[in-house]
Amino acid sequence: MAKKKTEQKKWPEKWHEVTPGCMVFEPGNAANYKTGSWKAQRPILDTKKCIKCGICYIFCPEACIQEDTEGFFQADLGYCKGCGICAHECWPGAISMVEEEE
Amino acid sequence: MGKRIGMEVGIAAAEAVALCNIDVAAVYPITPQSHIAEHMADIIHDGRIDAEFITVESEHSSISACAGASATGARVYTATSSQGLMLMHEILPIVSAMRLPVVMGNANRAVSGPLNIWNDHGDIMPQRDSGWICLFTENGQEVIDLSIMAFKIAEDPEVMLPTVVNIDGFQLTHMIEPLEFPTQAQVNKFLPDRKPYATLHPDNPMTMGCFNMPDIFTETMKAKDTALWNSKKTIVKVFNEWGRQFGRKYNVVETYKAKDAETLILTMGSMGETASIAVDEMRKAGRKVGLVKLRLWRPFPVEELRAAIKGCKTLIVMDRAISFGGAGGPVATEIKSFLFHDKGRPRIVDFLMGLGGRDVTVGDFIAMVERAKNKKDETYEYYGVRE
Amino acid sequence: MIEIRWHGRGGQGAVTSVEMLALAAIEEGKYAQGFPAFGPERRGAPVMAFNRVSDKPIKIRSGIYRPDVVVVLDPSLVSLVPVTDGLKPDGILIVNTSKTASEIRKVLNYKGKLFTVDATHIAKEELGVPISNTTMLGAVLKATGVLKMDAMKSPLEHRFGRVAGKNMTAMKRAFNEMKQAKAA
Repeated sequence: MAKKKTEQKKWPEKWHEVTPGCMVFEPGNAANYKTGSWKAQRPILDTKKCIKCGICYIFCPEACIQEDTEGFFQADLGYCKGCGICAHECWPGAISMVEEEE
Repeated sequence: MGKRIGMEVGIAAAEAVALCNIDVAAVYPITPQSHIAEHMADIIHDGRIDAEFITVESEHSSISACAGASATGARVYTATSSQGLMLMHEILPIVSAMRLPVVMGNANRAVSGPLNIWNDHGDIMPQRDSGWICLFTENGQEVIDLSIMAFKIAEDPEVMLPTVVNIDGFQLTHMIEPLEFPTQAQVNKFLPDRKPYATLHPDNPMTMGCFNMPDIFTETMKAKDTALWNSKKTIVKVFNEWGRQFGRKYNVVETYKAKDAETLILTMGSMGETASIAVDEMRKAGRKVGLVKLRLWRPFPVEELRAAIKGCKTLIVMDRAISFGGAGGPVATEIKSFLFHDKGRPRIVDFLMGLGGRDVTVGDFIAMVERAKNKKDETYEYYGVRE
Repeated sequence: MIEIRWHGRGGQGAVTSVEMLALAAIEEGKYAQGFPAFGPERRGAPVMAFNRVSDKPIKIRSGIYRPDVVVVLDPSLVSLVPVTDGLKPDGILIVNTSKTASEIRKVLNYKGKLFTVDATHIAKEELGVPISNTTMLGAVLKATGVLKMDAMKSPLEHRFGRVAGKNMTAMKRAFNEMKQAKAA
């Protein structure tokens, strides 16, 4: 079943601009919303300790950790909310959380 | 149109829905709706129609399953009553906010407590503000006709709103009476396939039922309210189409001997026919009494009601539900509020009656008209209560 | 319009009787209603069911309080339930009983039109069970003339399938064996 593509503004200004049922037709548009500003702490990866197991990638609730060209898993700080789950799960202890302002 | 046949109205409701090419039914049984649920399950199990019957563990699940199925573009039916409708309450405004054209049959029954399985409108009135189109039926034929029309109304691209068809419990659901069914070919002609505005499909990701921040919620609510008000145009259009194809004309407000009436009785649902006999008797005695029947409750047909009651001096509203500690029965309260600014509006007398299955006879309507004559104030009164 | 009130016990088929009568009347082109006394059904408890039959569309949807006809399916109900309540002065009382009409009159202190038939006995002989609901339909047709016997054939066949014939026979026997009591 095909969806109906409608031209829509990024943000409805007036009530009659709201789509029926407030439906959102642009897939993955949550990416437009940068949640990186929420974090009070940021993850720092020690590549000497990292064994590239990818457990941080699996556990990251924001799905902001991706494998880089060297095979290390790096958090995208534009979206990372600083929850620290990656650091908690990293059993070789390669990720540490540091205060954002430092 | 087929031959007149005898059938129980609850069974007939399921048979009417079976003519509508539904894809999914998710129905949880409850008295007095059970025969609709059981017969719907039979029809699908016997392979008479190509549809899924989802056996759910509660009404909260049945309406949720309907919402999900409807979001994929399916034509969906459910039915319930009383406590079941109360359990659906949480999901009802979500279905309408998502603009999903689910059709529901509600076998009207009092709500607990104390436990009471008999007819009144205490179950549907608390759902008043859920954003559903809300229709009432007077006899078995209307149950068939409106159950079919409900799909066409709900799915119209100008509407896209869920619709509930109210069927008085027992008084209608358990009555064997003569009925006419349209043929499958006639229904196919009347009711085309659903053309969904959007559907959930893995190939085309999209979001239904999204989150709203305070800076957009008000706009979304006004859009939903406007959609419900605008649906009346389509409801009238579909009623007219039905009239043209099947010869039975429906109006959002029906009248009977109302034109020159000084006193009007206002009813909803199955009481209307009994009330019309009372009107005939009072007319024979030279009293200028008439009848107004609300077929549409949401959106409220305010202009049609104004036209129907024009010139009457006393409007007697029969409320089959209570708003405890409030201004009166929900129907009278609504009408009073709409007519507040109208010059020369009628005196409005509000009777709470027919509660929890208490029978309403021809004599009761005549007695209420008599009682209204001497009633000075416009506060509500429990008709027939033992003092 | 004729209004009929049926008295039976839960499980004896009073509701089936009103269904059969209503369906037969509608099939004959008449207008009819058949409905139970609304509420929970309990096996063995005294129950009521109702019919309206008319040549014109029926608008009334309230209960029946002034019946033209009262049918008593279970002999024991005569002394247990006020079966003649509201029965019109020229109304008809039809009782399934092995007792004499004068005994029934005495128990009920009833002076109106009365018909008796031992439907339980007929049902036992014809159907092998003491369930008198279809048998009593024959008595109702005879006493009221509301429908011809043939009208019952199609609804009974639809409902009872291969045992429909036995039910028809039992019904016909009640039609023939029912007695009208002498005026009191």
